Amino acid sequence: MRIALTATCLGDVMFPQAPRATALLLERLGHEVFFPERQACCGQMHVNTGYLDEAVPVVRNHVEAFSPVLDGEWDAIVVPSGSCTGSVRHQQGMVCRRAGLDDLARTADAVAAKTYELSELLVDVLGVTDVGAYFPHRVTYHPTCHSLRMLHVGDKPLRLLRAVEGIDLVELPAAESCCGFGGTFALKNAETSTAMLADKMTHVKATGAEVLTAGDASCLMHIGGGLSRIRAGVRTLHLAEVLASTKDAPAPVGAGTADGSAR
Amino acid sequence: MTRTFLGLPVRRGARTLPDDVARPGGHGTSASAGRASDAFGDVPHPDAPLRWGDAFPDAARVALQNTQLRRNLAHATSTIRTKRAAVVGEVPDWEALRDAGSAIKTDVMARLPELLEELERNVVARGGVVHWARDADEANRIVADLVKAKGVDEVVKVKSMATQEIGLNEALAAEGIAAYETDLAELIVQLADDMPSHILVPAIHRNRAEIREIFLARMGDAPPDLSDVPRELAMAARAHLRRKFLSAKVAISGANFGVADTGTLTVVESEGNGRMCLTLPETLITVMGIEKVVPTYTDLEVFLQLLPRSSTGERMNPYTSLWTGVTPGDGPQEFHLVLLDNGRTDVLADEVGRAALHCIRCSACLNVCPVYERVGGHAYGSVYPGPIGAILTPQLTKASGGLSGHDDPNASLPYASTLCGACYEVCPVKIDIPSILVELRAREVDADRGRPTGWGAAMKAASFVMSDARRFRLAGKAAGLGRVVAGSKGRISTLPPPASGWTRSRDLPAPAQQTFRDWWRDRPADAPRTEGGEGR
Repeated sequence: MRIALTATCLGDVMFPQAPRATALLLERLGHEVFFPERQACCGQMHVNTGYLDEAVPVVRNHVEAFSPVLDGEWDAIVVPSGSCTGSVRHQQGMVCRRAGLDDLARTADAVAAKTYELSELLVDVLGVTDVGAYFPHRVTYHPTCHSLRMLHVGDKPLRLLRAVEGIDLVELPAAESCCGFGGTFALKNAETSTAMLADKMTHVKATGAEVLTAGDASCLMHIGGGLSRIRAGVRTLHLAEVLASTKDAPAPVGAGTADGSAR
Repeated sequence: MTRTFLGLPVRRGARTLPDDVARPGGHGTSASAGRASDAFGDVPHPDAPLRWGDAFPDAARVALQNTQLRRNLAHATSTIRTKRAAVVGEVPDWEALRDAGSAIKTDVMARLPELLEELERNVVARGGVVHWARDADEANRIVADLVKAKGVDEVVKVKSMATQEIGLNEALAAEGIAAYETDLAELIVQLADDMPSHILVPAIHRNRAEIREIFLARMGDAPPDLSDVPRELAMAARAHLRRKFLSAKVAISGANFGVADTGTLTVVESEGNGRMCLTLPETLITVMGIEKVVPTYTDLEVFLQLLPRSSTGERMNPYTSLWTGVTPGDGPQEFHLVLLDNGRTDVLADEVGRAALHCIRCSACLNVCPVYERVGGHAYGSVYPGPIGAILTPQLTKASGGLSGHDDPNASLPYASTLCGACYEVCPVKIDIPSILVELRAREVDADRGRPTGWGAAMKAASFVMSDARRFRLAGKAAGLGRVVAGSKGRISTLPPPASGWTRSRDLPAPAQQTFRDWWRDRPADAPRTEGGEGR
């Protein structure tokens, strides 16, 4: 299958290991991965902060970067992020329509229909749950809010993780509770965000996991940033990194900054 | 602001309780101020029940420091969440019921005027009197005049959000009329001179030890050896209220539903206090928000399944009272229905925001909200807290009080959410609260465009950078400079405002040495199909 990769703005600049692992994983599974160079950001930050006018050019750029999918250039678009996929699927059309750009809205909706979050692409489109990964570590999984309640990915990420060889997957208590990130909420309501983060970190610590994984680099940046601050000794890795990990090329755990920072 | 003998600020209108509910020491003395002076905490005493206190982030900051509140809320919300999940999970057609509830409410909003007129006709035909109130003042005036016309100076009340919203108790107090709340939790709130912090469980921020203190200090006839065993507390309240039920000539209620095609009003409750109020007094006055009308009697079938499971986590609530006009020789012989607008038609005129009027006040969204769970109801500065309050309150008040844009503390409410979506998932009538929050944020931003702000400038700059790959690539390279800030430890722990909001409690990893874009570009055509290695 020919798959176009959305790196996401955060993944491109702050957490390139997530899109990198996504590309390498899909190639390992025998697919051809493309990176449309014109892409930048899906516009979610602008939309969720209320800057819908400012979101328009960002959305337009995203839609135009990926619209070749409608001409058969690629078979599907993959996004290693639940919230970016959610924004593409549930917000971009609305942003365009609100600005009176009905044609762009229709294109956005059509592109969105070809756009999948990573676990959706793997399980629903490619039909795999065992991706041949090897990751001999104690891992807990945080289901991010938008993947869970906007996309309804259900247990797809967990099915993928359970099939990983050597993994010691432990359940995260109160897993479905928000980590408190919420984009600019973390700045506008920093104290409330921190209170939510503290509870999430308590639950992560209670699992005894070495690694916290999730499908969103943004939520991992938040929880990982908190774990790093308290030197929790828990590392955050994107779901793609765990799934891309093999015996020959293991995802990095233990070495480097194992204090919770995501890199 | 004047203060009571207990050191608490006086709620607007003051003296919501009559003198025979004796307080130790009585008004205006400081004889027994000592023990109870701080017992009931720092409670808000609003001039406007839909807009009080500081903007949400500041009010939340204070609430987060209240350890007792945090513990009470965490316990109460998790208990009720679990109960709700269990009883909702056992209904095979729950999603179909939600769809039906949503469809009925959408239909109601589409033809609200004709349904209200139908309701009015049928209430009048069955011997009731219908009053129309444009706003809180009008509603309060109507009710006060009705009570005074009966020549009484006290009334019993069924728990009602509509009368909380208009500050009816305070308005009646100003007219010399004492209103007795008869719902247990509402009684606790009233005795403490507090404000409700939850739609369904107004005293959710109190635990039983605090309730015991409140009863002992303020109830007047509480047994001196009262313990904090829930049954004992309930029995004390029961004895206290029974006298009122039997002597009151006038009762005031809200309504969960008003049925247009029969003129039937409905109150759903758990304690039986509602049934007492609705049947014993000679006169019943019901204040109902205009959005509570449903077209037909059979529509109740949907809502009477959705409401109790969503609110108290019960299969069916213990008491469902339905009454239609006046029945000679049975129950109140005089019935008045006050139909309240108070900003609702403004909300109705809003294509996106009007779905907030679908709310049936179950409070499931409060119980699942991770923000509400931490900060409680008072931080929202409205009798409607939580996710539904965050979309309803600013819409109801947008045209009132002469406040707008950043001057209005209610403008901060749409931002009081991480958009985690838990509220939408449990809403029995499928109100897409996250989408409405985003829309209301956009309204706030648009209303504030004339004023230069840091956020506005940052968002404009980000839009410029993020809408073009070349500019974004350069920005990515510039971000790499952050590695200098991070130093050898690879993390950033201090940043200037507003990013300091982040670094006060979280580190930020150094930006990547090489962006994904550049890694991809530099990648040899025959790159090994493996992960790992350099650059990590």
